[in-house]
Amino acid sequence: MKEEIISAEHLAFRYQGMDGAPDVTVFENLNLAIEEGSFTAVLGTNGCGKSTLAKHFNSILLPTGGKVYVCGLDTSDPDRLMAVRRNVGMVFQNPDNQIVANVVEEDVAFGPENLGIASPEIRRRVDVALKQVGMYEYREHAPHLLSGGQKQRIAIAGVIAMEPKCIVLDEPTAMLDPQGRRDVIDTVKRLNKEKGITVVLITHHMDEAAQADRVVVLDKGTVAADGTPREVFSQVKLLHDMGLAAPESVELCWAMDQLGYDLPLTMLEPKECAQVLYDWLKA
Amino acid sequence: MEPILQVKDLNYVYSAGTPFEHRALENVNFTLNRGEFVGIIGHTGSGKSTLMQQLNGLLKPTSGQVFLDGVDIWTDKKTTRQARFRVGLVFQYPEYQLFEETVYKDIAFGPQNMGLSQEEIHRRVLEAAGFVGITQRQLQASPFDLSGGQKRRVAIAGVIAMEPEVLILDEPTAGLDPIGRAEILGNIESYRKAKNATIMMVSHSMEDVARMTDRLLVLYGSHLAMDAPPAQVFARAQELVDMGLNIPQVTQIFLCLRELGLDVENVYTREQAVSLLRRMKEERVHA
Amino acid sequence: MLKDITLGQFFPGTSPIHRMDPRTKLILTIVYIVALFLANNWFSYLLMMVFLVSCIKISGIPPKSIVRGMKPLVFILIFTAVLNLFYSEGGVVLVRIGSLAITTAGLKRAFFMIWRILMLISGTFLLTYTTSPISLTDGLETLMNPLKKIRVPVHELAMMMSIALRMIPTLIEETDKIMNAQKARGADFESGSIIDRAKALVPILVPLFISAFRRADELATAMECRCYQGGEGRTKMKLLRFSRVDIQAFLVCACLVAGVITLASFGL
Repeated sequence: MKEEIISAEHLAFRYQGMDGAPDVTVFENLNLAIEEGSFTAVLGTNGCGKSTLAKHFNSILLPTGGKVYVCGLDTSDPDRLMAVRRNVGMVFQNPDNQIVANVVEEDVAFGPENLGIASPEIRRRVDVALKQVGMYEYREHAPHLLSGGQKQRIAIAGVIAMEPKCIVLDEPTAMLDPQGRRDVIDTVKRLNKEKGITVVLITHHMDEAAQADRVVVLDKGTVAADGTPREVFSQVKLLHDMGLAAPESVELCWAMDQLGYDLPLTMLEPKECAQVLYDWLKA
Repeated sequence: MEPILQVKDLNYVYSAGTPFEHRALENVNFTLNRGEFVGIIGHTGSGKSTLMQQLNGLLKPTSGQVFLDGVDIWTDKKTTRQARFRVGLVFQYPEYQLFEETVYKDIAFGPQNMGLSQEEIHRRVLEAAGFVGITQRQLQASPFDLSGGQKRRVAIAGVIAMEPEVLILDEPTAGLDPIGRAEILGNIESYRKAKNATIMMVSHSMEDVARMTDRLLVLYGSHLAMDAPPAQVFARAQELVDMGLNIPQVTQIFLCLRELGLDVENVYTREQAVSLLRRMKEERVHA
Repeated sequence: MLKDITLGQFFPGTSPIHRMDPRTKLILTIVYIVALFLANNWFSYLLMMVFLVSCIKISGIPPKSIVRGMKPLVFILIFTAVLNLFYSEGGVVLVRIGSLAITTAGLKRAFFMIWRILMLISGTFLLTYTTSPISLTDGLETLMNPLKKIRVPVHELAMMMSIALRMIPTLIEETDKIMNAQKARGADFESGSIIDRAKALVPILVPLFISAFRRADELATAMECRCYQGGEGRTKMKLLRFSRVDIQAFLVCACLVAGVITLASFGL
């Protein structure tokens, strides 16, 4: 049984309404555990609470009720704040607004420098991190001249240079073009598979979520679905009711099923879908 | 088909004569007709942004011409200025350009610059707000109190209020969730139908483009590589992939089917795929 | 359009001057400026000029860049020259215009003043052209460290400076985008009275400020997530270290100052 690296227990969160508007309740009683070494995608439409949830994982937001534990540490304990943030790194949506320095390697060094690590060790970590995200040749470049996908990879390098156990990415590809999105998701998958870093990916892109080991669907602050991508995406009606869609192959088979045919809803990739359709047509 | 915008032998070079010289567009030729929905696809850096800014006179061609209703938009200052209003341009993440105290005033900015009367401005603001689903109450609110999706719709309304005959949008659905995307695309389509306007949309979503466009312009390496209806463009799937572009997932599935030995036609929308599969299954059953 | 602004541009390179520790360059720039003001005659000025030209040569910076950088300052230079021409006492009167007179003393003063300003500006350009913004702020921060004892927030100031420098290109890009978006709605920044043009800036400045605040907020959150807690306990990847080049530079400048003082005292 793998250790739980992040766990939300009876999580409740409410924020105050502005200018006399009523308070908005985001979570009432959310329970969720993330296993060490896993790649979990958190899916949902805007307003379902997924970003709010992500911010609880490293104490940017604190619960108004219930608890969130990271590596056994209580996120609401002010004495544990640095320890929590050392263990859970966070990558945000806007590539530009995470970069602190004028030179790539100096930005990646920012985290380790804050931790008071000795200079030669920082150098080592920066080089390793940049190589892991495939941006080592750009180490002396100016970040603002890079593409969005490259900037996000620098941001990821800046986080892994701190050697966290887990990375939480809050819609990291929302502002990127298709190539950039591919690069970022590939990088993240590789870090998870090769380095064993736990990854929590917040997204509203189905094709990205399909690459995770586990998909958690949030709807209005509650867990509406939780399972492997195949398990979750086959619940097409549920997804539609929440304003989401399944990957195109699943949607196609579902549309056929609506007409009375009987096709499975578990093929997420074009190749496997084609194979199943081929067999079905030949039958 | 009545032509409205014509681009002839368009070339654009950035920083000409310096070591940073960069040919953004080379020998681009195409025509847009009234009421058409044209999609532009191309990898990042293929010149899409530069092309858009040529069409409303923000950038002047290094050589070549842009004709609006048969008149070169660079004929004189007045014509160029008119081109700004007749060809509306919505940039990416347009919500970042909002600045007025109220949504109403922000939408009115364009019409005001056109020098219209107060009654006409009022009419246009209300109509534009209607197209994008902004309520009366929201019109009186500050734009900065709205959500991201609402702000975007206000920004689009601000351009629609100029009643452009050609509306160009750069990735209008970028960063939105599925519900938000459907809403914006619906708004664009209702504007087109109501005013018989020409729409030109840059997009990275092949599904959106396959579903909504009459014609696709494919830019590759500063050249116009393809100019044809989606059916023809997506039939050349391997070429698109070689150009670094995606193809609709449905098209991918059917390409795989073809690789498995099935003789299938090209499809590029889910509806087509469904009817084709039905037909093939029925034929098999009855064969 | 706005990309042409080269704010204290940095030209990367490997010359000895590039390789000098930024603290050395900062200190020696001040020494250079002091020496400039100590110089007061042809010989001392010539010595400074020789020093300056050699530095430019060693650094590998194209002289054209330095000259280009001075363009915005032409007006100030002319203004200073005119002031000195007319308002100097002594010497032979050459031209009289009403109550104002151009004298030989005035001519000499104006000439030396312009020369000094040009050398001053060139010297400072040399500093910014050969030192990256981050190095400059690192150097400043290290030099000002002793001020921490009297509660000067040295680290915070340095962090502010380096983040501001980092954000400049991003904000310039954003200003460009906003301007284009407003132009596409018919905004006109070129014509009209001063008042019209000032009003036309509102659609640019408001979104820009709001965006800047939002960026600051997001950046601050990102920094905190990377365990930023201010300067306490913070280490640096790149440590500033004096090397042979710095010692040589100090020696050369010491000689320079000695030379200037000597030549200046000859009263030539």
